[in-house]
Amino acid sequence: MKILVPVKRVLDYNVKPRVKADGTGVDLANVKMSMNPFDEIGVEEAIRLKEKGVATEIVAVSVGPAKAQETLRTALAMGADRAILVQTDDEVEPLALAKIFKAIADAEQPGLVILGKQAIDGDNNQTGQMLAALTGWAQGTFASAVNVEGDHVSVTREVDGGLETVKLKLPAIVTTDLRLNEPRYASLPNIMKAKSKPLDTKTPADYGVDTAPRVKTVKVSEPPVRSAGVKVADVDELVAKLKAMGVHA
Amino acid sequence: MKTLVWVEHDGSAVKDATLAAVTAASKLGEVHLLVAGEGVGGVASAAAQIAGVQKVHVADNAAFGHNLPENIAPLVAELMASHDAFVAPATTTGKNIAPRVAALLDVMQISEILSVEGPKTFTRPIYAGNAIATVESLDAKLVLTVRGTAFEKAAATGGSGTVEAVSAGGDAGISSFVGAEIAKQDRPELTSAKIIVSGGRALGSSEKYQEVIVPLADKLGAALGASRAAVDAGYVPNDYQVGQTGKIVAPEVYFAIGISGAIQHLAGMKDSKTIVAINKDEDAPIFQVADLGLVADLFSAVPELTGKI
Repeated sequence: MKILVPVKRVLDYNVKPRVKADGTGVDLANVKMSMNPFDEIGVEEAIRLKEKGVATEIVAVSVGPAKAQETLRTALAMGADRAILVQTDDEVEPLALAKIFKAIADAEQPGLVILGKQAIDGDNNQTGQMLAALTGWAQGTFASAVNVEGDHVSVTREVDGGLETVKLKLPAIVTTDLRLNEPRYASLPNIMKAKSKPLDTKTPADYGVDTAPRVKTVKVSEPPVRSAGVKVADVDELVAKLKAMGVHA
Repeated sequence: MKTLVWVEHDGSAVKDATLAAVTAASKLGEVHLLVAGEGVGGVASAAAQIAGVQKVHVADNAAFGHNLPENIAPLVAELMASHDAFVAPATTTGKNIAPRVAALLDVMQISEILSVEGPKTFTRPIYAGNAIATVESLDAKLVLTVRGTAFEKAAATGGSGTVEAVSAGGDAGISSFVGAEIAKQDRPELTSAKIIVSGGRALGSSEKYQEVIVPLADKLGAALGASRAAVDAGYVPNDYQVGQTGKIVAPEVYFAIGISGAIQHLAGMKDSKTIVAINKDEDAPIFQVADLGLVADLFSAVPELTGKI
């Protein structure tokens, strides 16, 4: 089967975001960007399924500016076979993203779509579920184990109290949680090889999707700052302070 | 505005997260609840008692038994014909179902709201809580998930909602529940605990977590938490994880023990009322948010604290 893997270019997770002084957003000029960590896990899982002989082809997809090509090249260097960049400088919301991925799924007919559970910039945690709704396919969100067995996939999910397992009819949508796998690093020869792998460039209009925002950002501000605390000298002082606050056994 | 709130339950009782969602929904208008599942009559009558609730829609059907979104989302979408907003707690269940509902309704969801600023205006955290966005929905209907720690819980009693059966929906036939491994805990649930004792990588092993962290939590009647590093190292199960990718908590007191304070961890606990940090590295970022900080070796300081408190 073919696997479709959407990936997003986001502010690197190690970088502390700075809110712009005019309150219009987070400053992304001259900061390190990389592949959303949950998407790396998605690419890795697709490659493992290919290594097991379950998947035959892996198509990485990204919606974003021209520079999102770098993110797709990373996916290709990890082991994806080809890539599609849906190029736009607009910020695309999860609903419009899901519509673009639905159109691509219609064209590509994948057996599985593996997305990250959330992107670490918008923290929405919506796109996979929305894509599942639009395709009418089953969804296995927050996956920590994925096993394709014939015409269905069993997905172990990380839920609030522990784990649960669901069995989904293929084609299906899976969203990755952190513990699904440990993504590999792309080796230098593979990075070189990735440069010659096919990468198609499209636009949202090619898929007939309107990306006009449905949610208007009024402003973006810094979170409230915690007032500075005190350092205590020893355990006795800590105990005294805690007891003064009413914390005791 | 008529809102429909998803009731999260365990088959017999309404979970706390729902009560915070009810408070958020009541700021929008008339509050209706949806109780879905198999044999949920008891839950529905309990839900009708929640203060401020006007109506409880009960969908009693085996197809709704395990919160499968493929079966539940179409049911909610149908009920939304007569409601203006769908509100779910931002739990793993709510996060799984709500976006599927939103897409069926062709509206954008607003995730993990922290406050209601106007009829269609909300605040929500982005970038792991490092920025707060104020957003306004331009859609005809709202789909929201609610961060439980940001709203007071509605009183579980005092309401007198009417209970009405819903016959809509059934099994979509594309997914089934196989089983669950739910970690058994005799202590308070992490997301609703008043005190949380959390351990990090500095503990070094699962044995040390049991030896150092657990007795302090036992003594304080606290819930147990952990950083991602401690979970990844296998010291504790996944569902102990506090952070951007784990649970978001805001207890009265949060003990961060041997936790450096990476931004992904802070995203999950920095709204705690009091943060106590014990770490031997005095430059650890956790001390920038801690109200009470102790620079000490946790292997001696924590047992001493447990003995003296």
